[in-house]
Amino acid sequence: MNESLILSAILFIPLVGAVAVALVREEAATLIKTLGIVFSTAAFALSVWLFLAFDGANPDMQFVEKYDWIPSLNISYHVGIDGMALLLVVLTTFLTPISLLASWDSIERKLKGFVVSMLVLEVGTLGVFMALDLFLFYVFWEAMLIPMYFIIGTWGGQERIYAAVKFFLYTMFGSLLMLVAILWLGYYASTQPGGAFTTNLLALYKIAPAIPLDIQKWMFLAFALSFCIKVPLFPFHTWLPDAHVQAPTAGSVILAGVLLKMGTYGLVRFCLPLFPYATFEYMPYIAALAVVGIVYGALVSIVQPDLKKLVAYSSVSHLGFVVLGIFALNVEGLQGGIIQMINHGLSTGALFLLVGMIYDRRHTRMIADFGGLARVVPVYAAFFMIIMLSSVGLPGLNGFVGEFLILLGAFKSQLLASHWYAIVGATGVIFAAVYLLWSYQRVFFGKVENPANQALKDLNLREWVVLVPVVVLVVWIGLYPSTFMEKTEASTKQLVQMLYDARRGVHFGAAQHAVSSPAEVR
Amino acid sequence: MPYQLVGIAVFLPLAGFLLNGLLGSKIKSERVIGIVGSATVGISFVIACAMFVALLGSPADERSHTVEYFRWIAAGNLSASFSYQIDQLSIVMMLIVTGVGFLIHVYSIGYMHGDPGFWRFFAYLNLFIFAMLNLIMADNFLLLFLGWEGVGLCSYLLIGFWYERKFDKGTTGDAAKKAFIVNRIGDFGFLVGMFLIFETFGTLTFKDVFTQASALSVGDTTVMWITLALFLGATGKSAQIPLFVWLPDAMAGPTPVSALIHAATMVTAGVYMVARCAVLYALAPTTMIVVAVVGVLTALLAASIGLVQNDIKKVLAYSTVSQLGYMFLGLGVGAFAAGIFHVLTHAFFKALLFLGSGAVIHALHEEQDIQKMGGLKKYMPITYWTFFLAMLAIAGIFPFSGFFSKDEILWKTFSSGQYVLWAMGLFGAALTAFYMARLTTLTFEGTERFDHHHVHPHEAPKTMSIPLIILAVLSVFGGFVGVPHSLGGNNAIEHWLDPVFEKANSKLLLTPHGEGAVEYLLMILSVGVGLGGIWLARTWYLTKREVPDSLAAHYRGAYNLLLQKYKVDELYEAVVVTPLHKTSELFLWKIFDVRIIDGIVNGVPKAIAWFSSIGRKLQTGIAQSYVFVFVLGVVIILGWLAAG
Repeated sequence: MNESLILSAILFIPLVGAVAVALVREEAATLIKTLGIVFSTAAFALSVWLFLAFDGANPDMQFVEKYDWIPSLNISYHVGIDGMALLLVVLTTFLTPISLLASWDSIERKLKGFVVSMLVLEVGTLGVFMALDLFLFYVFWEAMLIPMYFIIGTWGGQERIYAAVKFFLYTMFGSLLMLVAILWLGYYASTQPGGAFTTNLLALYKIAPAIPLDIQKWMFLAFALSFCIKVPLFPFHTWLPDAHVQAPTAGSVILAGVLLKMGTYGLVRFCLPLFPYATFEYMPYIAALAVVGIVYGALVSIVQPDLKKLVAYSSVSHLGFVVLGIFALNVEGLQGGIIQMINHGLSTGALFLLVGMIYDRRHTRMIADFGGLARVVPVYAAFFMIIMLSSVGLPGLNGFVGEFLILLGAFKSQLLASHWYAIVGATGVIFAAVYLLWSYQRVFFGKVENPANQALKDLNLREWVVLVPVVVLVVWIGLYPSTFMEKTEASTKQLVQMLYDARRGVHFGAAQHAVSSPAEVR
Repeated sequence: MPYQLVGIAVFLPLAGFLLNGLLGSKIKSERVIGIVGSATVGISFVIACAMFVALLGSPADERSHTVEYFRWIAAGNLSASFSYQIDQLSIVMMLIVTGVGFLIHVYSIGYMHGDPGFWRFFAYLNLFIFAMLNLIMADNFLLLFLGWEGVGLCSYLLIGFWYERKFDKGTTGDAAKKAFIVNRIGDFGFLVGMFLIFETFGTLTFKDVFTQASALSVGDTTVMWITLALFLGATGKSAQIPLFVWLPDAMAGPTPVSALIHAATMVTAGVYMVARCAVLYALAPTTMIVVAVVGVLTALLAASIGLVQNDIKKVLAYSTVSQLGYMFLGLGVGAFAAGIFHVLTHAFFKALLFLGSGAVIHALHEEQDIQKMGGLKKYMPITYWTFFLAMLAIAGIFPFSGFFSKDEILWKTFSSGQYVLWAMGLFGAALTAFYMARLTTLTFEGTERFDHHHVHPHEAPKTMSIPLIILAVLSVFGGFVGVPHSLGGNNAIEHWLDPVFEKANSKLLLTPHGEGAVEYLLMILSVGVGLGGIWLARTWYLTKREVPDSLAAHYRGAYNLLLQKYKVDELYEAVVVTPLHKTSELFLWKIFDVRIIDGIVNGVPKAIAWFSSIGRKLQTGIAQSYVFVFVLGVVIILGWLAAG
C-alpha cells in the first residue's frame, strides 16, 4: 500500500462503487445491494488500516496529498487528516455499510438509485473531512447535499418533498455566505505583501488570524452560520425533525451519524483556528445557544409521540453538548466534544437503526402503538436498552465519556468564565433520562395490549450483524476511550495552544487583541 | 499479597453477568445459573476475607493499598483509572456487599424458583455486585461515579424486573423509571461536585484531593459548595429528603432485590461516599449541620409514615429510609465511624427483615397486606424467630447489634452538643420500636386473617432459611465489634476506622459534652423507649386492638396524612412533573418550536416568493435548476477573480 495515496483510495472507492452499481441492471437487486456493501466495506477496511497507521503523537496533518487543480487561483486537490478528521472518516466508512445492510429489505423501488446515492453521499462526506483546500471543501460540502436531497425526497415518507426542499434550501442558504467568506479570504491573502489568491487552508491558518477584528467577526459569522445550521444549533434546528422523520432509515443514520458532524467539524477546523479573535468575541453567545439547545432539545423530546421525532430532537440536545465542549476552548472540552461526535454517531445512528427495524415490522413509529414488546422481542429490547443507556450517558458506555469531559471542560473554562454553562447543561443529563426511559417504558414494559404486536418477530441474523459492531464500539469507547482519544490528543493540544497564544497576542503581531493572559494552557 | 486479587473480586461478578446474561436463556438449568451467580459473589467474598486478614496483620499505618489496572478517561489534566483502593473503610464495605450479597444470591435460588426470568434475575444481580464493588473500591471520584450510576441502573432493571405487573396506582415500570430519574437528579449534584473538585484541586483521585484539602482551613466556601453538591447526590442514592420518594416505590422489585439493593447495600452508598469524603465535610461546618438536620428529619418523617402502613414491604422501606436518616445524623455530627457502624449492623438486620418478609410473601402466595396475615408463627417458626430477633436489633434493644450502633450515633449527637437533634433521634427510636413491633405482631401473632381455603403457609426451603439463620446470628452478635468503652469494650470498629477519619477528626476538634454517668443514663433511656415502643405495639395489636383503631378514627386527618405519606408524591407531581410536561408540550414544542421558530424559517421563503411574484416565472420549484443557477454564479465570480 502506497501510504501517500491512501486518502484518495478511501475517498474514491465508494465513487467507483457507485459507477459499478450504475452499470448493473435495475432488476439485479441482490447484486446491487451486495456491490454497495462490498465497496463501502472496502473503504472501511482501508480506513481501519489508516487508523492503525495514523500517528497520534503528531499534531499536524498526515497522509497529505496535493495536486494542482486551478493553478491560476492556487486552488488544489489537497487532502490530509488530523486526529479529529481521522475519527470522522472512520465513523463515516463504518456507518455506510451498516446502513446499507440495514436497508437490505426496506427499499422497495429505485434500488439502484438509492445505493448510488448512498455511495456518492459517502464520497461527499469523506471529502468534507479530508479537504485541506477551502474551495475543495466547499465543493464536497455542496456536493453532498444532492444525494441527501434525493435520499429524503425519493425514498422518504409522506411529506418527503417538503422535508427535502427545506433541508436543501436551508443548508444551502447557510453555505452561500460561507462561499463569500471563502472567496474573501482568498482575496485577502492576495493583498498581503508578496501574497497571492489562495484557498489553501494550511496557508490561511497563518494569515487569517491577523485579519482585523471587525472584519474577522464577519468572516467568523459567515462560516459559523453555515456550520450552526448543519449542527444544528438552536434555533436553527427546525429542518432536522422534518428531515429525519421523512428520511428512510439509512438516510437518518447517515444524517444524524455523519452529516451533523460536518457542522461541528467545521467549527473546529475553520472557525476556531482561522478567526481566533472573533471566536473569543462570540464564544459566550454560541455556548449559551448550545446550552439552551441541550435543555430545549431534551424537553421537547420528552413530549414527542413519534419515536423518530423524539430521537431527532434528542440530537439537538446531544449536539448542543458537542458545541459547548468545543467552545470551552480547552483540552478537556474539545477532546470531549470530538469523542462525543463519534458517540452521537454511534448511539443516535443505532437508535435510528432500531426505530427502522420496528418500523419495517409494524409500519408505525408512534409510541402509543406499542407496549409490552420486551416479552415479544426480548433481543430487540436488550439492544434497545444498551443503546438507550449509551445515549443517556451511563458511565461505562461511550456517551458518558464525551458528556463528562464536555461539562468538565465548560465548567473549568477560564475563557467562558462562568460555571453556569456547565451547570445548566448538566441538567440535560436528567432530562435525557426522562425522555429515553419514559419512551422505553411505554414501548417495552407493561402487557402487550395491541394485538398487532403479538406476533412480532425478533431480530434476524442480518439485524444482529448490523447492531453488534455498534454495541462493541459503544462498550469499547465506554471502557477504554484512549484507543480513540489518543489519536486526537496532540492535534487538540496544538489547537488549544494556538488559541491561547492568540489570546496572549504572541503571534501575528496582533497586540491590539492581547488581553490579560489566562494561565490555562493545558 | 492478596491485594492484587482485588481486580478478580471486582470483575468476577461481571463475568457472571456476561455468562448468565448472554447464555442464561440457553442454559435453562436453574441450578447452573444459580451456582454461577452465587459462586462468583462467593469467591469475591473469600478474596475480601483474605484481604481483610492481610490488613489485620499489617501495622495500622500500612493498611491502605492501591491497585491500578488500566487508564479509563484521560484528557488535559484529567486522568482517571480503573484503580482500586483497599483500606479500612473499603474493606468493611466490601465484606458487607459480598458477604450479605452472597447470602441473598443463595436465598434467591429458592425465592426465584420457577420464574421465567430466573437467568435474567441472576445476571442483573451479578451486575449489581460488580457496580457496587466499583463504587466502594474506587480510588477516585470518577470510578466511584461509574459504580454509583451502575448500581442505579441495576436498581432500575430489578425494580422493573416484573415489567408486566401492576404496582400501586401504576406499574413496576413507573416505579423503575421514578427510581432512575430521581437518582439522576442526585447524580446531577454529584457531577457538579466533581467539577468543583477538579477545578479546585486539579485531580479526582481521593488521596490527592484529601491531602490537598487537609491544608485548607475550616469554613472554606468552595468546599462547602463541593460538599453540598455531593450531598445532593447522597440524598438521591440514599433516599433522604427531598429525594427519598423513589425508595418506597422500589419495593415493586422482587424481595431479594429489596433486601440487597434497597436495604443492605446500594442505599448506603451515600453514607459511604460522605464518610469517604470526611475530610471535606469536616471542613464545611455548614454542610455538616445540613447533613445532620436532613438526616434526623428524614428519620422522623419516614418513621412516622411507617406507623400506619399496611404493606409489609412498605413498612420496611420507610424503615430503611428512616435508618439511613440515622446514619446521616451520625455523619453530620462528625461521628463518621458510628455512621459506618450503623451501615454494618443495618445491613444484617434489614436484609434479614426483608428476606423474612419475602418468606412470608412467598408462603402466602404474593400477599403483602399485613391485615390479611397474622398467626404465621406456628407455620413458619424459623422465619418468625429470625424476624423477631431482627426486630429487637432494629429497635435498639441491648445487646442486639442495632443497640450499639444506634446508641453510638445518639450518644455522639448528644455529646457534640446537638441536644435538639438528639431528642428528635430518641423520639424516632421510639417510633421505630413501635412500628417494627406492630409489623411483627400483625404478621406472625394474633388471629389468622388469611384465607385458609386457598393459602397453606409453610416454612421456607433451605436455600432461603439458612441465609435467614446466618443473618440472624449476625444481627444478634454483629454489634459486638463496636462495644463502647463505657461498657467495657474497646470500640473495635471505631478504632479500626480511625486512620481513615484521622484527618477529618483533627479538623472537627470535638470536645465531648457530658460525663460517663450521662452516657449510661442515655443508654438506659434509649433502651427504655425501645422497650416501651415494643410493649405498646404488642399491647395494642394483640389485646387492645380497639385503641389504635379509635385513635385513627379520632385523629382521622392526621392518620390519613400519614397513610398517604404526607402527599409528597402528589406535591412533586403537581409542582414539578406536570408543569414541566405541559410547558414542554403545549408551549415549547407546539407553539415555540412549530409556530414561532419554524414559522420564521418557512416565512422567509414565503415572503421572498411574495415579493418576487413578478419574476415568478423564474421559480420553477425544482431544486436542481436552482443549483444550476447557483453553480453558474460561482463560476462567473471565480472567472472574474481569475481574470482580475
